[in-house]
Amino acid sequence: MSTSSAPQPDFAQQVADAHGYLMRFARLQLRNDAWAEDVVSETMLAALTRPQAFEGKSQLRTWLVGILKHKVVDALRAHKREATLDHGEDGQSDPLEEMAFKPDGHFQEKPSEWGNPQQDLQSRQFMVILDACVEKLPTVQGRLFLMREWLEMSSDEICKELQLTSTNLYVQLHRARLRLRECLELNWFANPS
Amino acid sequence: MNKFLRQVPLMRNCKEVTAMVVAREDRDLGIKDQLALRLHMAMCKACPRFERQMLTMRNAMRQWRNYTDQD
Repeated sequence: MSTSSAPQPDFAQQVADAHGYLMRFARLQLRNDAWAEDVVSETMLAALTRPQAFEGKSQLRTWLVGILKHKVVDALRAHKREATLDHGEDGQSDPLEEMAFKPDGHFQEKPSEWGNPQQDLQSRQFMVILDACVEKLPTVQGRLFLMREWLEMSSDEICKELQLTSTNLYVQLHRARLRLRECLELNWFANPS
Repeated sequence: MNKFLRQVPLMRNCKEVTAMVVAREDRDLGIKDQLALRLHMAMCKACPRFERQMLTMRNAMRQWRNYTDQD
């Protein structure tokens, strides 16, 4: 067993091969190609600098994604002003206003029954639709939503890191969740493939 | 809906309950809101469907995380 910290050639190759895979998630979360390039470069560099940290207990990609998540949080923190600047892509109205409620606030029409599609949710086709629906979210909503769902940060942590008020965060997340629901309903549950 | 309960200040309409079901994914509801939510769910046929949709989305995001980690 070598005690040198120089990575083995095949290790370096595998790290290099993960580039496209890492870029996909960095882009989805950061919504900015330059930031995404930077965090992926930092991730790969960290991996090549400390190959001994990879214990082989998990898949290499899983380990790399773990590093990437930390780098992504650093990038969001560094760009917090720009990352949370809402350019009004989603308009002014609350998506809840677009749902069919009667004037007294009761449902005009019952929400559709999505069933209990445990199997469906694991299918590749569903993942493709879900990916597309997440990607379609307005920029700031998408970033904040994935901080909750991909980085698994609490609402308090997100507010602290980005210096956002909780009111602002909750409004954005509320919209993101309703937009995602709408997209899944239209593209999957109304027409399961 | 039960006439007596409609007069209780804890009663919420579907739109308010829908907003609470969404909000619950990201913050804790206060005890009063939790109670209002449960009361409404027990008496409404539409809102439990919306609640199931949100639970399905929660499962879907969990699957997505696993998929992103492994694929």
